[in-house]
Amino acid sequence: MRLKLNVNGRDMTADDVWEGESLLYVLRERLGLPGSKNACEQGECGSCTVYLDRVPVCACLVAAGQAQDREVGTVEGLADEEELAPVQRAFIDEGAVQCGFCTPGLLVAADDLVNRVPDPSDAEIREALAGNLCRCTGYEKIMAAVRTAAERNAGTGISESTGGDRE
Amino acid sequence: MDFLRPACWSEALEAKANHPDATPVAGGTDVMVELNFDHRRPETLLDLTRIEQLREWSRTERDGVASVRIGAGVPYSRLIDELGTSLPGLAMASRTVGSPQIRNRGTLGGNLASASPAGDGHPPLLASNAEIELESVRGSRTIPIGEFFTGVKRTAMAPDELVAAVHVPVSTGPQQFSKIGTRNAMVIAVCTFAIALWPDRRGVGTGLGSAAPTPRPATEAEAFLAAALTDADQWDDPRPLPDSITERFGELVAHAAAPIDDVRGTAGYRTHALRVLARRTLSWAWDEYRGDTEFSGRQRCA
Ligand SMILES: Cc1cc2nc3c(=O)[nH]c(=O)nc-3n(C[C@H](O)[C@H](O)[C@H](O)COP(=O)(O)OP(=O)(O)OC[C@H]3O[C@@H](n4cnc5c(N)ncnc54)[C@H](O)[C@@H]3O)c2cc1C
Ligand code: FES
Ligand code: FES
Repeated sequence: MRLKLNVNGRDMTADDVWEGESLLYVLRERLGLPGSKNACEQGECGSCTVYLDRVPVCACLVAAGQAQDREVGTVEGLADEEELAPVQRAFIDEGAVQCGFCTPGLLVAADDLVNRVPDPSDAEIREALAGNLCRCTGYEKIMAAVRTAAERNAGTGISESTGGDRE
Repeated sequence: MDFLRPACWSEALEAKANHPDATPVAGGTDVMVELNFDHRRPETLLDLTRIEQLREWSRTERDGVASVRIGAGVPYSRLIDELGTSLPGLAMASRTVGSPQIRNRGTLGGNLASASPAGDGHPPLLASNAEIELESVRGSRTIPIGEFFTGVKRTAMAPDELVAAVHVPVSTGPQQFSKIGTRNAMVIAVCTFAIALWPDRRGVGTGLGSAAPTPRPATEAEAFLAAALTDADQWDDPRPLPDSITERFGELVAHAAAPIDDVRGTAGYRTHALRVLARRTLSWAWDEYRGDTEFSGRQRCA
């Protein structure tokens, strides 16, 4: 089947997509976007985390056809032409990247957190990253990077709060 | 493989009637794992994520009981954010599911239809006497949750039916949910227990997960506790519960289980753990009922 979707703000088309394949496969193998990583293909590791209509999800668990006409955001789309996103800058500054395999998924999850929650507590950071495994860093540097990104975000007033009990 | 993408509910029902073998896919958190590992190779996938109606919830009244009708496609993250006050037990259970990414995608409809004995949505629904609304082109029917599960991964759904919604009575008293697993995130339950106190009708609801081939209530334990509370005039004048009552409640809950040995735990461990979870969740719920401010509203993890 032919799949049309918007990735990182650009309309894209993939042909000969097998109906049973995942959005992760489409991104990596058909659209030339290998940033999102494939490790477990069962939702356990988070290295494939992408935005789907602005919500972080595991791309390995989205059927390709479910992404038709949807907006997808990957790690490749976090930075603009000029500058890295605050989370990317903070991961570098804090030394939160070792082998780097987990990094793209963590960046998307962390980007979502710092844009949603203005001043996240450590518990909130841990909770937000609970679906992302890292085998190298021991997470301390990652925690530090997210704290730093959140502080810098607060400094620029970019973050906006959504969420809360909407009843 | 065919990929059907109905734009509305009636189209989805038509599609299911024409392709009874089609595998519906909502959040995909169960289905896609099976596809990725080649454990399932359906001829047809039926995508339900375009149906707006399935992603809505509303307040209703059923037989004079204030309820919430939750569309089958509402993800856990929204149950937590939007229904935490009305349906606290379900929200607590939802918080324990997988990870944020899984909760953003996974739905109650998918949890029910998968009918895993370890589905975390099931115990709080049992404790609330929820009802499942099933629909096909032939019509709609609503069945009590207790009749929905017919075996391990088997349900009362006909091949042409889909889960439309779940009807859950709004809480009238404290509710608790507790889950045993090896860590906080991303665990399939070793066992779970949900309790709900219903002071308005002087009732007690329970639900056990990972404790038998199907999720089930501990009916004897419910009747025992409700009678004990009524006999001692505890509903109107709540005092600390005697140990004899919490102990007996725990025993009856453990007695309701029919667990197995598997990789996650032995039957003996599960039975023991359920007894502990039952006592603990009862004491939390009771403390909250007594308005003990030190304890009320705090979220715990067993
Ligand atoms: C990493 C990971 C962690 C998980 N952790 C937990 C956990 O802690 N607790 C837990 O309970 N579960 C857990 N799960 C399992 C899963 O997330 C839940 O069962 C979830 O509720 C499934 O919902 P879904 O919308 O993703 O279902 P899908 O995968 O889309 O569908 C599941 C099943 O339901 C059918 N279906 C879906 N919607 C309907 C409908 N409206 N009508 C009829 N049939 C339908 C599908 O055909 C399929 O058989 C986990 C899964 C993963 C991958
Ligand atoms: S590859 Fe998707 S969660 Fe691991
Ligand atoms: S840096 Fe290697 S897995 Fe995280």
